[in-house]
Amino acid sequence: MSDLSYHRPASLAEAARLAAADPDARVIAGGQSVLPSMRLGLLAPSALIDLAGIAELSGIRSDGRTLTIGAMTTHAAVAASKDVRAPLPALARLAQGIGDGQVRNRGTVGGSVANSDPAADYPAAVLALNATIRTNARSIPADRFFTGLFATALEPGELIGTLDFPLGAQAGYAKFPQPASRFALVGVFVARTSNGVRVAVTGAGPCAFRATALEEALTRSFTTEACNGVRVASDTLSSDVHGSAEYRAHLIPVLARRAVQQILA
Amino acid sequence: MSAAQPLIGRPIERKEDYRFLTGAGQYTDDITLPQQSYGSFLRSPHAHARIRSIDTAAARAAPGVLAVFTGKDLAGIGGLPCGWLIKSIDGSPMKEPKHPVLAEDKVRHVGDQVALVVAESVAQAKAAAALIEVDYEPLPAVVDTATAVRAKSAVHDLAPDNVCYTWAIGDKSAVDAAFARAAHVTRLSIVNNRLIPNAIEPRAANAAYSRADDSYTLYVTSQNPHVERLLMTAFVLGLPEHKVRVIAPDVGGGFGSKIYLYAEETALVWAARRVGRPIKWTAERSESFLTDAHGRDHVSTAELALDRNGKFLALRVHTTANLGAYLSTFASCIPTILYATLLAGQYATPAIYCEVQAVFTNTTPVDAYRGAGRPEATYLIERTVEQAARELKIDPAELRRRNFIRSFPYASPVGLTYDTGDYEATLNRVLDIADVKGFPARKADSAKRGLLRGIGYSCYIEACGIAPSNIAGALGARAGLFEAGEIRVHPTGKVTVFTGSHSHGQGHETTFAQVVADRLGLALEDVDVQHGDTGKVLFGMGTYGSRSLAVGGTAIVKAVDKIIAKGRKIAAHLLEAGETDIEFTRGEFRVVGTDRKKAFAEVALAAYVPHNYPLDKLEPGLNENAFYDPTNFTFPAGSYVCEVEVEPDTGAVRIARFTASDDFGNVINPMIVEGQVHGGLAQGIGQALLEGCVYDSDGQLLTGSYTDYALPRAADLPSFRVDTVKGTPCTHNPLGVKGCGEAGAIGSPPAVMNAILDALAARGVTRLDMPATPYRVWQAIQAASR
Repeated sequence: MSDLSYHRPASLAEAARLAAADPDARVIAGGQSVLPSMRLGLLAPSALIDLAGIAELSGIRSDGRTLTIGAMTTHAAVAASKDVRAPLPALARLAQGIGDGQVRNRGTVGGSVANSDPAADYPAAVLALNATIRTNARSIPADRFFTGLFATALEPGELIGTLDFPLGAQAGYAKFPQPASRFALVGVFVARTSNGVRVAVTGAGPCAFRATALEEALTRSFTTEACNGVRVASDTLSSDVHGSAEYRAHLIPVLARRAVQQILA
Repeated sequence: MSAAQPLIGRPIERKEDYRFLTGAGQYTDDITLPQQSYGSFLRSPHAHARIRSIDTAAARAAPGVLAVFTGKDLAGIGGLPCGWLIKSIDGSPMKEPKHPVLAEDKVRHVGDQVALVVAESVAQAKAAAALIEVDYEPLPAVVDTATAVRAKSAVHDLAPDNVCYTWAIGDKSAVDAAFARAAHVTRLSIVNNRLIPNAIEPRAANAAYSRADDSYTLYVTSQNPHVERLLMTAFVLGLPEHKVRVIAPDVGGGFGSKIYLYAEETALVWAARRVGRPIKWTAERSESFLTDAHGRDHVSTAELALDRNGKFLALRVHTTANLGAYLSTFASCIPTILYATLLAGQYATPAIYCEVQAVFTNTTPVDAYRGAGRPEATYLIERTVEQAARELKIDPAELRRRNFIRSFPYASPVGLTYDTGDYEATLNRVLDIADVKGFPARKADSAKRGLLRGIGYSCYIEACGIAPSNIAGALGARAGLFEAGEIRVHPTGKVTVFTGSHSHGQGHETTFAQVVADRLGLALEDVDVQHGDTGKVLFGMGTYGSRSLAVGGTAIVKAVDKIIAKGRKIAAHLLEAGETDIEFTRGEFRVVGTDRKKAFAEVALAAYVPHNYPLDKLEPGLNENAFYDPTNFTFPAGSYVCEVEVEPDTGAVRIARFTASDDFGNVINPMIVEGQVHGGLAQGIGQALLEGCVYDSDGQLLTGSYTDYALPRAADLPSFRVDTVKGTPCTHNPLGVKGCGEAGAIGSPPAVMNAILDALAARGVTRLDMPATPYRVWQAIQAASR
């Protein structure tokens, strides 16, 4: 049994200092990935830096142009928030579709985004809505954030403070659950803005990515039919017992069509 | 008496539910003994490897460690036995390689137990187990059922071709002759997918040895504690049976997986004496996935010969059954005696021949799982019949009707004699309540929403209440299959029932109490049912194969009858009448035709305070037991109809409607029966749509957690319409009952798959195996469109 230290900093700056000081320490938000990984022996950190005591990381606020969600905001809070539901009902529904009640009461937006799980829901929304990830050090645009399997642009010791979602987009999210885990086998988030359409996909590859062919087709014609003719290449997509890369590639336009339907409905 | 009679047939709420629902159940892991220590097993990471050496020095020196044992330490004891000898066609006995309690020279599946560490805490035991160094020489793994015979590697030296036995039943030449004159032959290949049981309570054991009286006590998650004790003491450890007490307290689900004698509890009992402390082990969920005996795993071909009128002439089946790495306790009889004997189904097929090749592979042992052989038989028959109907363009219900068995008793060509049944009745009932007439309109409505709707039937039969011991013995059983019961009447007239059946979700404490209270004219609360403890219950063969009420319940009834017979003698004495003039009704012994009577409690009191008592002719006390060995199986049967909607875009299947009509004979508690059917349907639908155990080619379990192994959830299931027809009571047990625990799991998979294939018929899909996951359905649609 290894020894494990536990820290509960009161500010983001202190948390970042602790994280930078010990490369084997692990930051823990809601613990929905860290704790199961530790229990399975996949992760054995020297210390846990618990972000739960940092008041500045919680809460949702909106100035009418930007929706700001603190990194430690739980999925349940996002799902229930009027500030989310009114302008971005698709984001609230996405949050409501994560895991089960216990997971939604513990799991956090920041934890999900920082973890970049290939099947997590939030990364698709962050990418499609062109959110900005504000850390203790800088602002990172969504397009540069997700870099690979459980990999992001975050530097060691860099922690997410808030996620800023620009408002004004119409959005839809369609998720096809993996039958056992109910994570997204494929999830497609479509955002329609005055600057065009952004389509982001989760579950299908090593990390969330944009489906540019669908974006172009939908920017030309925002209709369900526009999705039908789009073929998505399968060569970089994932394969497992629940679905081949070809199946995932097939599902992407199917789910995009459903997301578009939500917007048009 | 206060009791509202009769209790039989009433949906009485379960007596046991208060303790379960309030967290007051006592499960094996809840029991902590003085000086408790904890065990952890080091398990093989390889599917197949030779063990060159094991170094336990670091583990022994680790904090809190009391002992470390490996196969070398246990080399002197026997292997885990198999309870049923199957002989090959050539008369040779099945290959029975040793199933060591801890691995000796080789490991043969991922999860095979290599060492036992005993420590002061679970965490210390686990940490120390991680310090054991095993030098493995990995060997090629044999994984695939269908090709195990041709594998280049042998799981056991004793079976170089990996064949345990090649067994057959039926008249091959009669079948060949019938095929030669058939107007039509339907052929299909069928895979019955491997399942992992997933009882909500993982397996657990707590073994203690007392030097004071040289005795052992084992708490264990078992469906049959007496059988567990017998196998462990007589066949493995050589301990005196009477000095070992096995207690199976509350058990949270079994589905067959807790019938067997497992290595873990055996090792714990053996080690408890060496360590001098009680040792507890509770499986982690990942251990459950790797080591609970799995179910099903057949690869078959079926051929059905029909005449020009759609009458079945003959059925020919070849099945390869995967037994896994070792012979589990009843592994050998599942794909033979409990499978091929059911291949007549509900139909008067005159000739049937089935050959079964059972193979060893480097996978977890396979044994009985809810239904055990009968789901495999039903799935094969009902898929075949439905395909024949489609090929011949005959309505599938009509084709079944043309072939139903209609006169009873019926001796099938595969060895069973059905005592009674009315298959037309359950089929008619289900067609009615499922509103099959309304299907075309519903299909059109689904089509408007872009969905493919299909309807599928399944008419199942099962053989339950196993079995006559003499017949089972002739077929290779190494144990009896009777049941024992005891009625202890207390001086106040209250009753404790002891049964050899074991309840782990079935509700025996209520159902058996209803039977006894009814027969004795008592209130339900005056009857208590005890089970699951070899120290209390005289003997028991346990609960499996839907046998508890038919066999265990009958043993209890026979004991009750003895109580009444003795009570009549006592009452005759008290009432100064002849014994033949005493009748017993509604809890009263009465002199026929008079108002002279004694209540049951008065007679009980007289038996224990025998002041005015025929001591010269009768022993005091009122306590009787009985053993009951049935004269035949029981044959529950029913008809199921499933409707599905398939999304052609994604392959997703939704069960739109599911209707069941069952004939269980007489029903004691309709609410419990309905609950059993619901549970069975959920498991059967789980097999059809979601559950599939997958190994990779190296024998690593890819579906070893709930992240990848999909159990059915409430949202996957429709609201069932379940109907129990008045039915045909079993003719050979006094309650007229047949058993209901497995029916849903047996009857539902083919109904679901037939419905999906019906939905996909327009797309040209003819072949689809379980589980029909979205991915697999999509693949089938793609393949058919090419």
